[in-house]
This record gives sequence, structure tokens and C-alpha cells, in this order.
Amino acid sequence: MANKFLIYVEQRDGNIKKSSFEALKKGSDLAKTMNAEIEAVVIGNEVNNLENIGGYGVNKITHLKNAELANYSVSAYCELFVKFAEESDANYILLANTSMGKDLAPALAIKLNCALVVDCTAIEIQNGNLIATKPVYAGKAITVVETNTPKSIFTLRPNVFTLGQATQDKAEVTVKNIDSVNLSNKVIKVTKAEGKLDVAEANIIVSGGRGLKAAENFEMIEELAAQLGAATGASRAAVDAGWRPHSDQVGQTGKTVSPNLYIAVGISGAIQHLAGMQSSKFIVAINKDKDAPIFSVADYGIAGDAFEVVPALIEELKK
Amino acid sequence: MKIVVCVNHVPDTATRVNISSNQKTIDSRGVTYVVNPYDEFAIEEALKTKEAIGDEVFAISLGNEANKETLRKVLAMGVDEAILLKTDDNLDSLSVAKALAVEIKNQNAELVFMGKQSVDYDNAVMGQLVAAILGYNIVSTATSFNLSGNKIVAEREIEGGKETIETTIPAIITAQKGLNEPRYASLKGIMAAKKKVIEEKTVQSTGNFVNVIEMQKPPKKAAGKIVGVDASAVPELVRLLKEEAKVI
Repeated sequence: MANKFLIYVEQRDGNIKKSSFEALKKGSDLAKTMNAEIEAVVIGNEVNNLENIGGYGVNKITHLKNAELANYSVSAYCELFVKFAEESDANYILLANTSMGKDLAPALAIKLNCALVVDCTAIEIQNGNLIATKPVYAGKAITVVETNTPKSIFTLRPNVFTLGQATQDKAEVTVKNIDSVNLSNKVIKVTKAEGKLDVAEANIIVSGGRGLKAAENFEMIEELAAQLGAATGASRAAVDAGWRPHSDQVGQTGKTVSPNLYIAVGISGAIQHLAGMQSSKFIVAINKDKDAPIFSVADYGIAGDAFEVVPALIEELKK
Repeated sequence: MKIVVCVNHVPDTATRVNISSNQKTIDSRGVTYVVNPYDEFAIEEALKTKEAIGDEVFAISLGNEANKETLRKVLAMGVDEAILLKTDDNLDSLSVAKALAVEIKNQNAELVFMGKQSVDYDNAVMGQLVAAILGYNIVSTATSFNLSGNKIVAEREIEGGKETIETTIPAIITAQKGLNEPRYASLKGIMAAKKKVIEEKTVQSTGNFVNVIEMQKPPKKAAGKIVGVDASAVPELVRLLKEEAKVI
């Protein structure tokens, strides 16, 4: 059977997510090597700049459109995605491993009764099959897995697969109007944390821990993050103390992250925390205790007082 | 309405992972196993719901004899009955989901809680898989849950915010930290749990779709350099980030 790839393109507020561009790029690279067909699908109402996915090597996308699809609904989206994937008959289906991808991929896996590998950090071709790398135990170990069903679904961890420069190519967009949608599960409100980047999707993260001593001291973490265009994160200790929301927590009972730059401030580096951030490309540690485990994974460290170093860092970056 | 809570028996998050000689799983020697942390929120929500609307809470765990330890703890927290779906095989997510779905159907449960993910394989898809098999509604990564009659209003965490969702039972809710404050087992609960019988049912692998070729430790990061011990090191740090790492 000839190989065919289907990439799910995720939109929120009518904009394509960066993690979906990563899936498109990875999918098109694999398809090129395997000489396979590739197409994409997006579900939503108005979606901006869909033709731009051509810049990442995918020149065909179907837009399943209805006004009721502006907001995500697990029941509506799953039904449409599963139906489209069945008709597409692609044998490799790629999605970003986001809150939406983690709902859609399992629904499809059940319908197709096929293999599902989530949160992949690498996908390679070996003897004509896809082999995926998937971290387990929050990154304390890594598994390499293969699938043995005619079709397989992979979800890709955001921020891991490189995007590169988009070309000027434009994709052909086919709009398919959907008559009725299944809203047995309906989103009645979306609340956004004001101007906040999510740690799972950020290129740079500035995290604070117990060493910050109080909730109000996270102001300087936020200021440093704002200066860098970064998301703010926190250690479990800071979350358990009630200083920060759980959505900021990095580590084994929080989020596993792989940004380009991770700055850990006042974090000693408990094993649960290290597991969640050690795959960051560059790590900076600022901590008073020069023997803190965080320095064992840091590329650059300042073994000094965060209350002196962080304000100086903010000033230096303003220059 | 019968409520089911699915619980997993996992290595404590403080565990230092070593790979076993088969190169496919972790070495479980010397590892302390606990109730999966996210499942504690699921148990609490199941118990709160039971206290509000009556009926019983059943706990289901799939695994080997050792999972009984987790089931005892769950019973001690106030769960009424516990079922062990016993297997010594290493099942992939889909096989586990199929076995859980069979038992949930057996129990005729219309409301199911479980943690949003197990802190061992970190797949975070079990609730969604089981919901798809049973045709139940799903709210994954829930941070609040309200039931009135058949109607559910719940919040779930998404990237950079949350969604408020309206749906109905039958439904599966996967619990995120922050959903509630899990209770501790009372002494009375612990004593009562000791006397309870854990029902056992044997589960056989129906064949995995995903096979582990090998498990490895992540590449070890070489320790970096300490740039300085106070604020005077900041200009050098910024220079390194700009010129050497090229990340800002």
C-alpha cells in the first residue's frame, strides 16, 4: 500500500497553532523521504492564512467549516476529524500533542482500532516504517517504539520539532461547509489568562522556586519574563505554597517542557523538577547554594542571591 | 447512579529511574509505588459526588498483585468496592482502555473519574480512549466539576487558559491537580479497608499495537560553567546567551 500522511491543523481563535506548523513540517519531510502523499485538515469557522501551510511543504488542506465550530467542542471536532480521517484513508496521522490533540487522537485510534503513540520527541524512518521516540517518567527515561497496525497515529510534543524557514509556496484550500455539528459537549466559555504564554508552548521560560520566599517576589520573575518574551513557570514547591497556579508548574506532576532557554531562579532542582525541564536546549540556573542539583544540568550558572542577580539581569537586558 | 474511579499503581515521583536488564522497562527493585497522584483528585471527586447524590463508588485498577496495595489505600479513603483486573502482561494504552471499558460496562457506571495521566508512561489519553470505546462524553484535564441531574458543567485546562464545558452523563472526567483537595484516609477507614475483599478478574493481553523496542536513560547533560557568584556576573551571562548559546 502506498503511504499517505494526514496532518491535523489546530486553530484557536482562527489562528493556526505553531505546534501544528511543526507537525506539518515533520510530516512533509517524512512524506518526501517516503515518496508518500500528504494532506491536511482543519476544523473551525473563520481560519486565517490557511494557504500558508504550503510554506511547510503541505499543499492540500480541507477546511471543515461551520459557525458553531469557532470554539472547540470535543464531540463535534472528534466526529468530524474521525470521519475525515477514515475517508482520507491515510496510514500515518500526525497531530500536535496539545490539549486538543490529546482529545482527538485517542478518539480516532479507537475508531480505526490502530496504534497511537503520543508526545513523540522524534520520528524516524526505519525499514520503511516509522519509529518514534517517546519520553516516559517525565523524561527520566526514553522509549523507542514501533507500531504494528496498518495505520498509526502520532502526536508530536510542541517546541521540539524544528520549523525552519517557510517557503513562499501556497496550499490549495478546499472549504467544506458542515450542515450540523454534534454539540453534546459544548464549550460555553473560554477564559484566557491575561497576556499569558503557556509554559508548554514557550520558547523561553523563566521559572521560580522556593528560593523566592513569597508570592509577591514573583513580580521580578514576571518582569524578567516580559523582558525576554518568555512564559513564567514554577517549581512544585512554589505551587504547593500557593504562590503560583498549577498551570505554571514544571516537572513530573506539572508540565514537561523543552524550550530553547530555561532560566531557573531559586530552584534547587528536585528530581521531579529536573525530569520536567532537563531536555531544554539551554539552561541557566540562579541559586544561592552552589551545590544545588540544578547546577548539574545548567549550561550557565550564577551561584548568587536571586534578589540581586535577577534585577541586574533585567537592567542588563534593557540595555 | 454507580460511580467508577480508575486508579493506577505507579512509582513515586521522587524515584530515580534505572533501566532493567531487558532494556524495555524500568528496574522496579527498590522503587516505592504509590497511588498515581492525579488519581487522588479523581477519587476525591468521586467520593464528593457520591456524598451529594448517594449510591456507591467502585475502584478499578489494572495490573498485578502489587496493585492491591493501591486499592487498599483507595478503600481506606472511602471507596466502597475495589476490583483488580489482574495481568502480568505489559499492556499498551489501547489494551488497557479496552479492559477498563469492559469492566465499566459490567458495572453499569454512568460516571467515571480517573487522573488525567499516570506519572509512569505519561500518555494522558486513557480517559479519552475509554470514552471513545463506550461512547461516553469526556471532559479531560478537569479543574472543576459540577453535576446537577444529568447535566455536567466543568472547567478544563487548556494552553494559556481554561474552557467551561456543558455536557451530560454518561461521562468520563479526567482530573487535573487543583480539582479539589484529596482527603486523607481516616483510621476507621484504614481498619475497614483491611477487612474488605478485593475482587479479582484475570485480564489477558489482546495484543499490543505499540511495542517498545528499547528504553534508555536520557543523554546526560554535561555540567556547565558557573559564570559568577553575584550580580557582577550578569553582563558575562548575557554575553554568553547572546553570542555562545544564541538563544536571546
